[in-house]
Order: sequence, then structure tokens, then C-alpha cells
Amino acid sequence: MSEIIKPKRTIIPFGPQHPVLPEPIHIDLVMEDETVVDAIPSVGFIHRGLEKLVEKKDYNEMVYVAERICGICSFMHGMGYCEAVEHIMDVEIPDRAKYLRTIWCEFSRLHSHLLWLGLLADGFGFEALFNECWRIREKVLDMVELTTGGRLISSVNKVGGLIKDVTPEMLKAMKETVIQVEKELKPVANTFLNDYSVKSRLCGSGILTKEEAIALGACGPMMRASGIEVDLRKTGYAAYDNIDFDIITSNDCDGYARCAVRIGELFQSVEIVRQAIDKIPDSEEVSVKLKGNPKGEFLMRLEQPRGEAFYYVEANGTKFIDRFRVRTPTFANLAPLIHTLKGAPFADVPLLVLTIDPCISCTER
Amino acid sequence: MKSFHKSPWLIHYDASSCNGCDIEVLACTMPRYDVERFGIINTGNPMHADIFCVTGGVNTQNAPIVKQIYDQIPEPKVVLAVGTCACTGGIFKECYNILGGVDQVIPVDVYVPGCAARPESIIDGVVKALALYQEKHDKMVQEGRGLPEDPSLDEDNDVDENASNDDNSSDENASDEENAS
Repeated sequence: MSEIIKPKRTIIPFGPQHPVLPEPIHIDLVMEDETVVDAIPSVGFIHRGLEKLVEKKDYNEMVYVAERICGICSFMHGMGYCEAVEHIMDVEIPDRAKYLRTIWCEFSRLHSHLLWLGLLADGFGFEALFNECWRIREKVLDMVELTTGGRLISSVNKVGGLIKDVTPEMLKAMKETVIQVEKELKPVANTFLNDYSVKSRLCGSGILTKEEAIALGACGPMMRASGIEVDLRKTGYAAYDNIDFDIITSNDCDGYARCAVRIGELFQSVEIVRQAIDKIPDSEEVSVKLKGNPKGEFLMRLEQPRGEAFYYVEANGTKFIDRFRVRTPTFANLAPLIHTLKGAPFADVPLLVLTIDPCISCTER
Repeated sequence: MKSFHKSPWLIHYDASSCNGCDIEVLACTMPRYDVERFGIINTGNPMHADIFCVTGGVNTQNAPIVKQIYDQIPEPKVVLAVGTCACTGGIFKECYNILGGVDQVIPVDVYVPGCAARPESIIDGVVKALALYQEKHDKMVQEGRGLPEDPSLDEDNDVDENASNDDNSSDENASDEENAS
């Protein structure tokens, strides 16, 4: 009697409240024994509808709303909105402001990637590594606080430049911090890239080939880990056109590759901050005076820690802009995530969800 | 139970916040602030938790989940609203999807303002919550609903081993009888 019994399917809910993720996302995992055969995501737990606030806040106040799309990459959200409005108003901000934006962008990238590395280590149960990553992150946050005034929500951007300038002492302290961070990162990076227990969890998990990454529209480190050279910083917004850096890619296509790409970007960020501080010009002003209201539309693209973000602004010549639309990297990375979840063992699910570096508040706004 | 007010376990839930406060809640357990050295643990299970940290202004989809987690936490419990959004709705108060503060959904005991609330103020809020926690616990004992103070946990008193052994043995007997029947 050799009757093949088809395994029964069970549905296991993942989230919205889950110890691995600080944010709510709900995924229904369709299981056959221990293997995920299908994953159905449902979102909307953090949808606030902040794009509609453009009707109530004028275009200068909207910067502060844009910054609160997400607390991790808050500086870049504010900057993306400002650059879009500046393009519409045809305003050229001073060079010093451009360089300062670049420096703070890279500081955000540093603290975002360190946060992610910590959460990843927590995801596979390496608590000491988790704490080590977050200890280094505090140094980066201290420098952000010293120079901008806020730990996470910095609020230094405004349409037409920056609210405040930094002193030469601050610049010196920033440079010393990144050098110190680089020194402390080396043993952490070594553990992530060479430790047996880390490798056994990450190598070969969540394969996303180059073709699949293109077809599913992955972005950011997820795409670069599949061997595709895309980095919007090369388009030269802010002061990136004056800075020399290479795009970091990996051809392994798995969780380990994503980890390696992000670690590479940490060291790259340190290098970019050092270059920017060396090249920053002296000037009295960090902002320009605005004339009139914006009229027209613009689509600003920039590279966030998690990938490519779009900011679409349509203005009608009054104080209140017509439409503000954001497309964030995690939204693009959800389709590849669902693809990598299929066929994965149940125990790998939290890890795979983490490897895309999910930021649900960005996605749902 | 003396250990209650010394090492509470937290559960954290993001009820539509921008992530800033969530990261700061996590940062409290990091080497710099390290609340874990006092036995304050960020747990993932509502049934193990004593203090409920909610961030964000609660949207319509999130409200039932906040209620559900609140109901699952055993009595006594203290709710901490972390961040300006959780207190009043903050910058998102005018958004069509935001109910405007955690207190619209569940009763809140301690409000921690700040955008994003700093780890120091969150820890301060937790310390304030501890006093409330003790108060609620005492009230429950007076009403005859909670566990009275365990004298064995006092350093002055010796642990009464015989009593606990008797309890165990009687439990075993009971289970044996059940098995036999």
C-alpha cells in the first residue's frame, strides 16, 4: 500500500506583534510541514495618511512632516522633499549646505546599517553582537545630536538650505568619530563575515538571483547583493558628484551577501564623510532666501540606506502644494521578500524578513 | 511578590509611530543605558509582561491589536504612552487615519512626551510606572484578588521549606489520583 499522502496545509500568522520586528507587519505563512509554500502579506498597520497633510501644512512646514515618515532615515526624507521643492523653485543652495547634507546623509546611513546589523544578530540569537553594534551606533548618534540637535529626528533641513551651520570644531569631532567608528567596526565586521555560526545561518538562505531581482524590482543593498550595480548616489545629488566612491556589489545573492554589502557600505560611508569634510568649502551662508511660491512638478530620486526612494511634488503656485507622493525602498523589496520566503524553512522566516531591512513606517506612511 | 516592582518585563508595540520612539525603546536595552542589568527585559509575549509601552497615535487598523495585547497582559498592568504621537497624536493628529493618542483606545497611566522620546525620558517613565504598578498590586491584594507578599522573599525571614514541600507532595498525590482514575 504505497499511497502518497499530500501534506496538509496550515496557515501560520506572522505578526503584527512579533518579537523579531519592532514594527507591525502581518504575513500569513502557508505551510506544508516545515516549509513555507506561500506567503501573503497584509499591510496598513502604520498607515497614517501623512501625504494628505499637504492640504493643511504649507510647503515650509511640510518638511517636518516629511522627516517623520520614518525615524531611522528621517534626515534623508526631509532632504528628498526639500530638494524636490528646491528644483521646482529653481533654487541653487550654497555648496557648504550641499556638503553638510552629504555628511549627514552618510551619518544616517551609518546608524541605519548598524541598527540593521544589530537586529540581524538578534534575529539569529547572537546577543553579544547585537549589543556591540548598538554600542557603536550610539557614537554616531551622539555626533548627529551634537551637530544637529536631535538624536533621530534632526530637523535641520529647510527649503533653500539648512537651518544651522556647523563649527570647525564640530567638523573635526565628526571626522574623529568616523575614524573611531571605523576602528571599532573592524572586529564586528570580521565576526559577521567570518564567524562560523553567523555563516551557518546566513549562507545560502533567501536566494534571489540577478534575473529575479530585476524582474521583481528589488532595490538598494538587496539588488546590489544580487550583483547589480545600481546606486543613485552616482547621479550626483547633494555633493556626491564631487566625491569618489565605488558601488559595492556581491554575486552571492543570499543573506550573507546582503550582510556583506551593508558592511561594505559602512566602511564606504566612513570614507565619504572623510572626503566630504576634507573638501567642504567655507562660506557664511548655508541657506538662500526664497522668493514666491513653488509652481510645477518634480520627481526627486535618492539613495536611502534601504534603497531607492522617490519624492514626487506637484505645486500650484500657492503656499500649499497639490500632491506629495513618496515611494519607499521597502515597498519595492516586499515582492522579492515574498519570493525568497517560498520554499524556506519556517525557522528562517524571521531572518529572511530581516534581510530586506524592512522599514514599515516608510512603506505605509 | 517583592520582585514585581524591581524587575518588570516590558512589552513594546508600535501602534503607527514613525519608528523613532521604537528605536529609542530598544536603545534603552543597549550597553549605554542597559536597563537589563536591573532585570527589566523587553519581552515578546504579552502574557509575560507587566508594562505595556505603546508608541504612535494608533490608527484604525491597529486599534484592535492594541486592545488585544492589553487584554492579554495579566493584572496588574501599567500602560506607558511613549512619544508625543502616543500622548496626543502629535504631528499626525490631523491625519484622517489617526485616532489621536493611545488613551483613545486603552487607559494610559504614564505619558512620556518627546519627538522622538529620548531613552532617558523613557527610563524615567518606566520608573514612574513602577510606583503605579506597586499601587495597583497593593489594591488588588486588598480586594483579595492578587497574591499577597511572599514572606520567603524577605531577606530577614528564613524560607519555610516544609510548607512548600507539603504543597508539592499534595499536588503529586492529586495528579496520581487523576492518573489512576
